[in-house]
Amino acid sequence: MAKLSTPAELLKIDYNPPQSENWMDQPVELKPGNFCWGAKGKNLATVEFPNARDWSPVEENWKLPKDWEGTVLEAMADRLSKYRSFKVFMDICVRCGACADKCHFFIGGGDPKNMPVLRAELLRSVYRKYFTSSGKYLGKLAGARELNLSVLKEWWYYFYQCTECRRCSVFCPYGIDTAEITMMAREFTNLLGLNTDWISGPVANCYMKGNHLGLEPHAIMNSIEGMIDDIETITGIRINPSFNRKGAEILFVTPSGDLFADPGTFTCMGYMMLFHELGLDYTWSTYASEGGNFGFFTSNEMAKRLNSKIYAEAKRLGVKYIIGGECGHMWRVLNQYMDTWNGPTDFMEVPKSPITGTVFDNAASTKMIHVTEFTADLIKNNKLKLDPSRNDDLVVTYHDSCNTARGMGLLEEPRYIINNVCNKFHEMPDNTIRERTFCCGSGTGLNASENMEIRMRGGYPRANAVKHVKEQHGVNTLANICAIDRATLSASMDYWVPGTRVTGVHELVANALIMTGEKERETDLRGEPLPGKGGNE
Amino acid sequence: MKTVLPFIAVVILMLLPLFGVTVAHQTQVFFGVIVPYAAVAVFVLGFIYRVVQWGKSPVPFCIPTTCGQQKSLPWIKQDKLENPVTTMQVVGRMFLEVLFFRSLFRNMKTEMKEGKAVYGSEKLLWLAGLAFHWSFLFIFVRHYRFFVQDVPAVIKMMEGADSFFQIGAPLFYMTDAVILGAVTFLLVRRVYLPQIRYISLAADFFPLFLILGIAITGILMRYFFKVHIVGVKQLAMGLVSLNPIIPQGIGAIFYVHLFLISILLMYFPFSKLMHMGGVFLSPTRNMANDSRIVRYINPWNYPVHVHTYEEYEDEFREKMKKAGLPVEKE
Amino acid sequence: MSLKVILSAKKDGLLAAWFDRILDTYPAETAKFLKNQKDKFANPVGQAIHAGIEDIFRELLNGGEIEKISGFLDNIIRVRAIQEFSASQAVAFIFFLKSVIRDGIKDTPLTPELSEELVALESQIDSLALIAFDIFMQCREKLYEIKANEMKNMTYRLLQKANMVTETEDPEKQTNFIAIQKKEVNT
Repeated sequence: MAKLSTPAELLKIDYNPPQSENWMDQPVELKPGNFCWGAKGKNLATVEFPNARDWSPVEENWKLPKDWEGTVLEAMADRLSKYRSFKVFMDICVRCGACADKCHFFIGGGDPKNMPVLRAELLRSVYRKYFTSSGKYLGKLAGARELNLSVLKEWWYYFYQCTECRRCSVFCPYGIDTAEITMMAREFTNLLGLNTDWISGPVANCYMKGNHLGLEPHAIMNSIEGMIDDIETITGIRINPSFNRKGAEILFVTPSGDLFADPGTFTCMGYMMLFHELGLDYTWSTYASEGGNFGFFTSNEMAKRLNSKIYAEAKRLGVKYIIGGECGHMWRVLNQYMDTWNGPTDFMEVPKSPITGTVFDNAASTKMIHVTEFTADLIKNNKLKLDPSRNDDLVVTYHDSCNTARGMGLLEEPRYIINNVCNKFHEMPDNTIRERTFCCGSGTGLNASENMEIRMRGGYPRANAVKHVKEQHGVNTLANICAIDRATLSASMDYWVPGTRVTGVHELVANALIMTGEKERETDLRGEPLPGKGGNE
Repeated sequence: MKTVLPFIAVVILMLLPLFGVTVAHQTQVFFGVIVPYAAVAVFVLGFIYRVVQWGKSPVPFCIPTTCGQQKSLPWIKQDKLENPVTTMQVVGRMFLEVLFFRSLFRNMKTEMKEGKAVYGSEKLLWLAGLAFHWSFLFIFVRHYRFFVQDVPAVIKMMEGADSFFQIGAPLFYMTDAVILGAVTFLLVRRVYLPQIRYISLAADFFPLFLILGIAITGILMRYFFKVHIVGVKQLAMGLVSLNPIIPQGIGAIFYVHLFLISILLMYFPFSKLMHMGGVFLSPTRNMANDSRIVRYINPWNYPVHVHTYEEYEDEFREKMKKAGLPVEKE
Repeated sequence: MSLKVILSAKKDGLLAAWFDRILDTYPAETAKFLKNQKDKFANPVGQAIHAGIEDIFRELLNGGEIEKISGFLDNIIRVRAIQEFSASQAVAFIFFLKSVIRDGIKDTPLTPELSEELVALESQIDSLALIAFDIFMQCREKLYEIKANEMKNMTYRLLQKANMVTETEDPEKQTNFIAIQKKEVNT
């Protein structure tokens, strides 16, 4: 039995081990609350991933394939020859430290290996050992180390603690993007069957059933039908969307989270109410019923396989163009990858709003526009009757999603919409929005329950900014354009800033939208009384 | 270890020519002719090799990091420099990045504390980085005077500007002080800040010590030990005209200076110093965010196994029919 | 001179010492960042601790209203509750204040009156630790509640899905079910 110590001594014990000069000398320790459960064999097998077997990260034996080191190094050589980004980023970092304190996980948690530069060094050190002469001969002195099980475990632990949010890349003088490096590391781990249940499950679902949640065609319809009932209750209008309809002008694709989980469902009701009011000739697809792409968190190839459904379905249905719903990583993929993977799209036309006649030249090749681009154009052209006072109970701030901000630059469109459908809007501080926005803390498939502690740590910088505007301006609503945000910020707000409503932009739009023939609305989309309509005014 | 070893290495590299030329005069040819030629060859070939190696790996996807408003609707103002769509806009972005370290500048944020502006260390990083690189460039170009018979007016103007304050004889160059200060800052920062020390490698200290050595020997030569300047110019011009000569009585310190520069040149292509070339090749910075406007081609795009609609319908046909969904095959 | 007057005069030094002692519980690489980055948004953890201990200290000297102090403690403990600290480690920083104060007044001759005041203050600090422990537990419970809610949402949806698959839906019943569920989520 240890002697009773003073609090200071007690505290010193296991948290703060003596820091070695070299980070390589500190072996990884998988701490609960920081990682997700291992992938299930059946899910990996569904998508023909190698080394499909049930696996648990906490067990000593990771059931790795024979010569896994060879597999990884071969893959590394292959990716170095295929991706200039990877090769250049392995070589040119000067370790200036500008990125060190830009990661939300480092800011909220303080683990030094969450500094972006060090996260990249985890991989770089192995690169040096096997692909550079200085590393080969000078070893540790040149910052090189051998690939072994301990290193692999460290990779897995920390590269599934990066949300590929690209915030570090904004501040790097060479634009080194940790997201690129994490993607590579995840490619390697996936060759060994090392993924998480929370990612591989949705990937398998999406591959077989068309969406992450595994909703079968009739379930999608029923889910939407439930929303239609709710819309009718609120507005008195029965809307009638179509599914898998050939000859529709527009295919609408949104993350399946919007179909299934609150508060995403309210955003989904928002889209449908808007489209109904416009009389838009659009269809849903049950086959391409997922805008998001968890494949993107496994490998480039898997991402492409899942993404292929969108264009394939657009072609089969013969639509003219596609509108995409509110989602973050979905739009990184749509903006920077989709057309390259699965184009060209000569079977469609350049998107043109049937209401305003606006031609969206900025999507001339992909033929896919963001729903906020579409709606902002409508509002600008005075095509919508809006009553922003219906949102007067809401004091709104806006969270930029990492991917739409740093992988696209969709910054003003949602703000323009919010400012037209709400009367009370306040920005968060400058260094926490737009290209400097903080991640929700749960992107890239980290939104499981078992890693709640790290999610809360990663979400703290964002929540802290929300708390600030809450104290300054009484903000009670956090708007965003991302399905993962809608789910995970709800949890993060519940912990850090209780009483904050998390909402999609189109929920706000639909609240304010005056629909033709609607009854006098008593409640908002959530069934809560509108301002001045009873309740606890 | 990672600090001391590079320091010792640089000291040894300084002692080598010092002893060489003082003890055995014939080594002057080695340090004054052979090594510099070899160094330039290694630098040029190595640099090209590295850039070609990078260039050989294609850029499969259009992945700029966008730091401003995209080009979308005509009435929304696009941020042309932070989110470029045309080549000229990319050039503008790269111009700011390469010449003014735009991204590093983003760290700049003046904090008001008790009514006064406070700058933290990371703001100094931008300033020190800029000061270091610019003064290095200035000094590098200034050295051009040694390689031509008649010093061009531009160089004279640069020298004039550099010695604007007209202090001392020979006139004191500001850039000498700036580079010393900046390198020292970068070095101290690496040692002093635990965060930065933790991420630093020996390969981060070595070039700093090396450049510090070069700057110090250069300054000593100009202001204190007064080497035989005409001899230096003869040697330099001999080297560039491929007609090398070793004038007598230049002074050992010159050979130390020259040797360290040669080492820097040879070390360059194999080190992180290649960021000088790499910054131009960084796909997150040098690409236009136009992948929705023009299809970006991946040279190694290959067909993948997908789950087709037909397979999907085969699996769910009965359920689809029951739900009233149209199907391709009855 | 009363102890509170002495402590008020030495406030800055005492707070700085207390802050440093707390930062020592983080890795060195992190501590420097937490200490030096003054921007509230770039460094929420450091600033929450910094502002939090100042508030606690001030309130302690001004009588120590439990509600107020709880709020200040919450700002710090909420952060530490999700930072891999055990319960004892998360709240131990309160006790640091005792030794910080003792160190801070070691040059002041300890009169019987001062000594009495000191004992009373230390006893107050002990109560702070108890409150802190309660807050820590609340935070952890909240965390599990959030986990449970996420799981509950998932199972609820599965149930709903199952309901849909069997197609025995009674619209009236389902609407009620949704209404109940929504109520639960909102409260």
